[in-house]
Amino acid sequence: MNITTSEFSTTRRLVLKCAGVAALIGLGVIPFDVPQALAAANDKYPEEAFKQKNEADAIKALYGKTAEPSDKIKMDAPEIAENGAVVPISATTTLPDVTTISFLVSENPISLVASYKIPAGTVPSVANRIKMAKTSNVTVIVEAGGKLYSAKKEIKVTVGGCGG
Amino acid sequence: MASSIRVRATSNGDTTEVQALIQHPMDSGFVKDAKGEIIPPHFIQQLTFEYDGKPVFVADWGGGVSKDPYVKFAFKGGKKGDDLKVSWVDNKGATDTTTAKIQ
Repeated sequence: MNITTSEFSTTRRLVLKCAGVAALIGLGVIPFDVPQALAAANDKYPEEAFKQKNEADAIKALYGKTAEPSDKIKMDAPEIAENGAVVPISATTTLPDVTTISFLVSENPISLVASYKIPAGTVPSVANRIKMAKTSNVTVIVEAGGKLYSAKKEIKVTVGGCGG
Repeated sequence: MASSIRVRATSNGDTTEVQALIQHPMDSGFVKDAKGEIIPPHFIQQLTFEYDGKPVFVADWGGGVSKDPYVKFAFKGGKKGDDLKVSWVDNKGATDTTTAKIQ
């Protein structure tokens, strides 16, 4: 009698253990879904991407993929910026189905400067003013039809915008 | 207090062109003041333009956007006399909102 009881309790314990493991796996799965859920929430501020120091990491944090160069992005920026604190830059593209346009400065302490969401019906063209620490490549990333395209231009800065 | 946001939205019948100028220090957190102390980051993180209850343009900004930021864009539709709602929130949680009439 005693033996049977202990056997029974062992099985019971096993069952409980398995249930526990299953629950853990279940919990483990949830964090995998979170980034996707965040990406789906379109109006969420991309905090992580704005913390990345270099350009490649920022693009990865923002989009999770890499961009290919495109000649369909037109960037309007000065060759030489006299004041790095205010550099007027605009970008226009003829690519269809544009969803976002982002500006990155590779030599800035934080590479990502601005990212604009372009809902359907909004013209894929943005003008803004950015800061540049020193002479650097400025990259425009356009997300269109789920793919990433980029255009680069070097802008020479005579007075940096990040110094005291 | 006067609004920190100045917006001009003009419709040409087909598209509405929007220009906005906002008063904000946009401190990146990398600049030192005269005493050599770092000025803590203080910048607008998100700027939203809404027309007819829907966002037509959303800007996510970092500290690399110039002081008193300026932005220009255009969207299809938008009638003269209609409202365009503009709002921003910065990294300290401060916000401002204004409504402009499309001209």
